[in-house]
Amino acid sequence: MASPSERKVNAELFVTCIIDQIAPEVGESTVRVLRRLGVDLDFPPEQTCCGQPAFNSGYWSEAKPLARKFIETFTGDKPVVIPSGSCASMVRVFYQELFHDEPLWAERAANLAPKVFELSEFLADELNAVGQIGEIASEAKAQKTSTTYHETCHLRRELGATTQTRKLLKALPNVTLTEMPQSEVCCGFGGTFAVKYSDISGAMLSDKVNNIKASAAESVVACDSSCLMHIGGGLEKQGVNVQPLHLAQILDQAMS
Amino acid sequence: MQVKTKQFNQGAAVAMRNPTIQKNLLDLYHGFHSARLKASAATPDWEALQDRARAIKEHTVENLDHYLALIEENVTKAGGKVYFADDDVAANKYVVDLAKARGVKTVIKSKSMVSEEMGLNHHFEDAGIESVETDLGEYIIQLAGETPFHIVAPAIHKSRQDVSQLFHEKLGSMPSEDITELGREARRQLRQKFIQADMGITGANFIVAETGTVVLVTNEGNGRMSTSMPKLHVAITGMEKVVPSMDDLGTFLRLLIRSATGQRLTSYVTAVTGPRREHEVDGPEEFHLVIVDNGRSKLLANPELRESLYCIRCGACLNACPVYRKVGGHAYGWVYPGPIGAIVSPVLTGIGNAKDLPFASSLCGACKEACPVRINIPRMLLVLRRELTEGTTYPDQKRVSLFERIAFRMWRIGFQNPALLRIGTAVGRIAQIPFARNGRIKNAPFLSKWTRYRTLPALPKSSFRDRWRKLSNEK
Repeated sequence: MASPSERKVNAELFVTCIIDQIAPEVGESTVRVLRRLGVDLDFPPEQTCCGQPAFNSGYWSEAKPLARKFIETFTGDKPVVIPSGSCASMVRVFYQELFHDEPLWAERAANLAPKVFELSEFLADELNAVGQIGEIASEAKAQKTSTTYHETCHLRRELGATTQTRKLLKALPNVTLTEMPQSEVCCGFGGTFAVKYSDISGAMLSDKVNNIKASAAESVVACDSSCLMHIGGGLEKQGVNVQPLHLAQILDQAMS
Repeated sequence: MQVKTKQFNQGAAVAMRNPTIQKNLLDLYHGFHSARLKASAATPDWEALQDRARAIKEHTVENLDHYLALIEENVTKAGGKVYFADDDVAANKYVVDLAKARGVKTVIKSKSMVSEEMGLNHHFEDAGIESVETDLGEYIIQLAGETPFHIVAPAIHKSRQDVSQLFHEKLGSMPSEDITELGREARRQLRQKFIQADMGITGANFIVAETGTVVLVTNEGNGRMSTSMPKLHVAITGMEKVVPSMDDLGTFLRLLIRSATGQRLTSYVTAVTGPRREHEVDGPEEFHLVIVDNGRSKLLANPELRESLYCIRCGACLNACPVYRKVGGHAYGWVYPGPIGAIVSPVLTGIGNAKDLPFASSLCGACKEACPVRINIPRMLLVLRRELTEGTTYPDQKRVSLFERIAFRMWRIGFQNPALLRIGTAVGRIAQIPFARNGRIKNAPFLSKWTRYRTLPALPKSSFRDRWRKLSNEK
């Protein structure tokens, strides 16, 4: 197993607009976790947003300039790590749809896709670091805690990453994973859907909150800060004392 | 059928206020949805079956003209008649005229979604012909004067108490909450209709081109009764239901039944080829197959939406959909609810009639995951959103929201330039001061659609890009 000093991986971080603007602590945790595993990270400062909000709302002409900007920002050979299943799906899957009528950009997007990784994929598959994370966590003196896992939609259904996060959580000796019912069911966020169809989204969120409560865990982990913002907002609104945590945050806590 | 797709929000609100409907919709997750997962997991070659079905559908739809001609040839050879109806008007006219010409007084109907598109029962009624739905769920909603709530389980929104009350009012039966007794009452009523009917209408789950065979998949036997009791059998189906061969049919039966109800096989699978032949004891004297377009050509002509014609109407996407499980079937306002309805209804009924449907989705992809023929429904929802927002395919149907358009333009300009983004963030941090407490926004007038159900994090004092410099120094 590679120790931090042995592993020499260079990677670029795309932190996502929502983490940059609203949840910077998730970005900090991502950096700390990756550095502990010997990953040397760059943060290209030109990056902003992958364009997904406009794409999902039908404004493909507004999404395109941001998608082109993403492609031009990450031109190197280094892997691009994205702590979001949704944004990673946008780049890896949906850029092909977005550029359906621009073959040159579609080709550039296709070339970029294989080096784009969502965080849990990068940790569990690319770095093969589940064991190493477990070792670091067992040396750390983190408090015992319990958590439950919400599978975010694009991570599961666009990237097909259904096992990685659970493997990572189970590797943490001080974290007990207690599964909630219907962990794979959408929390109701869906970007502008949450405000355009507020009552439907709210009803879906209410189910999610009840299922989280049923797990009796102290925190809920997910791999998307947007879904966590939604779930966390619902938990607080309903006065449920469960902490929403990004995978990067629970790993960071368990490893320090 | 009347198009009510514009009333999506009103329909959704009605369903969300009704506790019986909410309970029954949740039961779909633990019922049909879970049963499908178990059944597919227990089928060792499930994914290979899906691949094969997908390939057959792709091939068939690409060569639809060939297979429809083959169907016509083989049905005719078997002694039946084929009629190609361009739209619901033509299909209704053909079927009702035929009934009149044969002096039909009573029609028994097995379940057919295409006949719902046509509003066929109303046309029979106008012609003074009694038409009775014989699928139990369809019978219930016909008595109630409603439309199907679900493709496979049309009366799933009703409780046993609702049905008891309905039978009491409409049939004069004694109120009973015993489901067996309610079923017995429906059977008593329907048995009489089966005996007196002089025309049987069915749909078709599949039509097999190489033999000219209509295939029906049911659990109640009413489909077989409708094809064998009356002298005249008319099968009505959409033009996408054709499969090339009996061998292909096997693939689809395995997928359809497991995906719809989780069964390995339904109680009845009926295959009918033409009318009764000389040596046969059962079957109608006359057989007609009505193949309906009714807007399907528009899906066929559009490469981005064509795969919606691969749908085998199993209902798996409805059961899997967390939005359908809240708003139910009536909100979608036409024959086909749920994720596949959100693609098909806008195109078949006119995109201007269904502006809500492609947007009323969180794009979670549960439909895609559930679909036995791997139809990428979220991708098509995105295409329809694009068309409704800035598309040119339907120029008169633009979803005009000037505010939203300007907002996305400003958002894009801001995010294209990190320096502008910094300014925007700084403005936001000042603007939120009256509403933010301890880093959270619990209420803000312009955010009420959000804050009704959740709180919101306030913009923190520094962004990740601000903190990166410190982080890089920590190395």
